[in-house]
Amino acid sequence: MTTGSAKLPRLDFRSRGFDFVSFAFTGVTGLATLFILAILAIILANIVWHGWGTFSWRFLTGSADQDMFDVNKAGILPMVIGTALRVLLMTIVVVPIGVITAVYLTEYAHSTALTTRVIRGAVNNLAGVPSIVFGLFGLGFFISFIGGAMDAGAAEPHWGKPAILWASLTLAVMTLPLVIVATEESLRAITPGLREASLALGATKLETILKIVLPEALPGILTGGILAVGRAGGEVAPILFTGAAYYMRDLPKAPTDQFMDLGYHVFILSTQSPDIEKTRPILFATVLALLLLTLSLNLVAVIVRARVRKKMRAGH
Amino acid sequence: MNNVPTSAKRTVGWMGIHRGHKARPVEWLAEKFIFLVSLTAILMVFLIFVFVAREALPLALGQMNSAAARPAISTEEFDKLKPPEQQLYLELTPAEFKRMDKEALLALAEVRQDEAKEAPKDKDAKVNTTEWRYLFGAHEWSDSRPEDRYVWQPIGRIHKYNLWPLIIGSLKTTAVALIFSVPLALAAAIYVSQLSSPTLKEWLKPAIEMLSGVPSVVLGFFGLIVMATFLQSVFGYQSRLNAFVAGIALGLAVIPVVFSIAEDALTSVPRSYTQAALALGASKWQAAWQIVLPAAAPGVFAAVVLGFGRAIGETMVVLMASGNASIMSLSLFDSTRSITATIAAELAEAVFGGHHYRMLFLIGALLFIVTFLTNLAGDLIMHRLKGRLEGRAK
Repeated sequence: MTTGSAKLPRLDFRSRGFDFVSFAFTGVTGLATLFILAILAIILANIVWHGWGTFSWRFLTGSADQDMFDVNKAGILPMVIGTALRVLLMTIVVVPIGVITAVYLTEYAHSTALTTRVIRGAVNNLAGVPSIVFGLFGLGFFISFIGGAMDAGAAEPHWGKPAILWASLTLAVMTLPLVIVATEESLRAITPGLREASLALGATKLETILKIVLPEALPGILTGGILAVGRAGGEVAPILFTGAAYYMRDLPKAPTDQFMDLGYHVFILSTQSPDIEKTRPILFATVLALLLLTLSLNLVAVIVRARVRKKMRAGH
Repeated sequence: MNNVPTSAKRTVGWMGIHRGHKARPVEWLAEKFIFLVSLTAILMVFLIFVFVAREALPLALGQMNSAAARPAISTEEFDKLKPPEQQLYLELTPAEFKRMDKEALLALAEVRQDEAKEAPKDKDAKVNTTEWRYLFGAHEWSDSRPEDRYVWQPIGRIHKYNLWPLIIGSLKTTAVALIFSVPLALAAAIYVSQLSSPTLKEWLKPAIEMLSGVPSVVLGFFGLIVMATFLQSVFGYQSRLNAFVAGIALGLAVIPVVFSIAEDALTSVPRSYTQAALALGASKWQAAWQIVLPAAAPGVFAAVVLGFGRAIGETMVVLMASGNASIMSLSLFDSTRSITATIAAELAEAVFGGHHYRMLFLIGALLFIVTFLTNLAGDLIMHRLKGRLEGRAK
């Protein structure tokens, strides 16, 4: 280590009473942490403060039949239902695929094999694809390609147009990494001893996974699902061209119907309102509803995740 | 460990499937099924690229012509062309071309001829604006001011598709976002991972990560309605919505990304490093600043790279808070428009399959390539860092 000795830090660390540099360093980094939390608190407080007055049961359950820019009549029920439906459809698709991928990565794959590394790389990459590119993908793949192929020969496009089904599938592709990572984490938290005990009793690998590992990992799988729902619930960019509608008289009844969406409605209210001052209360209340949805889901995920991590630490 | 007999190695069969499984067909099938499903992520990344690029392909290959006055040939000449050439000339998709009979095609060719007769005769009208040199090179249009040599203006008599205003717009907002968020997020990551008490850490980490639970449309709304007015009253610039406001709002979306990854990298530095430094008499901050931070430096760099990827790909924040004017300007206080916001704002109006539509897919594909490379780089750096730290810790 003679060559690297120039890089070694100074080693005369003696206590010199009040250490100003140490105090300043801790203070600056601590203040930065505090500043971030303060911004978060300001955003939340601002939205709650301005939105609470309009946020009522009538507002939540009112339909959008009436003028949606009128403070006294506007309701957001169709948007809440639209968002819930698209998120539900998405969950049905993404959770099984995500869980199975995580099972492969933790239970079957060799961590050094090329296939494993490529799958991991793809998962990480999928997490970083811009949301608007998912929108383009949904339009180019699901609507034009698959929908177009299903419509082959038909005069009117039935499948090949924006629909809640395509929006949900697009979101499922987007949230796949979230589910995989959360499930994987909880699978890794299970002690190897549990698997070994099951195998030693004569259970096959598949039986061990289905009857021992997966039930044990249920909290983690739930976290993944919840995180995916929280993330997808607030996303607007991927559904702009794949299914969200500015206004619909009816709720979506078939998978090929378009839908109104809470996040998209926030976008409309804040950019296309005829009189921003008058619609401000509805805007804040709609944002509040959206935030309540996504943040409460995130909070649940955080709590479940903290428990999983605690268990992991206890197990090892 | 080098002289393990080869027979021992062979018991691990193809792709990690053990020989014993062949005796249990259900196990074997299940394993194959699980493996196939796990390939979905790879398939999806591949499909995203293929299908975004597919829509942009005719443009990239120079098969589209956006000129107001396109060259036309007479119907007799058209009749002599081979079918693929006819399809290319009329700019039809293969499916559309198949559906049409000969008369319909001739009618289209005639329409095309009439269009050419009525088209304006000036030199701008003959320009095919979708060629690469018009996308990236300067061009003096006869009907605009000299400073508009770089202009994105897809609607109008001449469709101008210069990409520089959008690229500069994206980079400007991203730069502001990173300058604002990276120091904050890194400082917070150092504090949370190295200096705070374990109990405090258990509260701080999820609290900061809550910021990532705020949907981007809400951050965009906050930037547009609340922050824009506030920042304008503080800094007193002209246009209320600009790259600066959008950048700050975007920074709020970047903070949790940079924080999480940097905190992860700092935490993955073995505790023994810190303990050794403390035992030598270092204070907590000396251990954090001189020992842990240098050891985790690649991870911190990866955090910034991935934060960049997040910032350049973010749509709703920029769409709502940047003002959306595609002005070629380097000033942070001018209204700007990014690549992502352009796609979001214009795709709904673009004619399906037209050159504007394909142009938006082209910039989407460029965006995908940029984020793909940044993600790959960030991922590789993190992977190597972890390998190195774990190797040393043993």
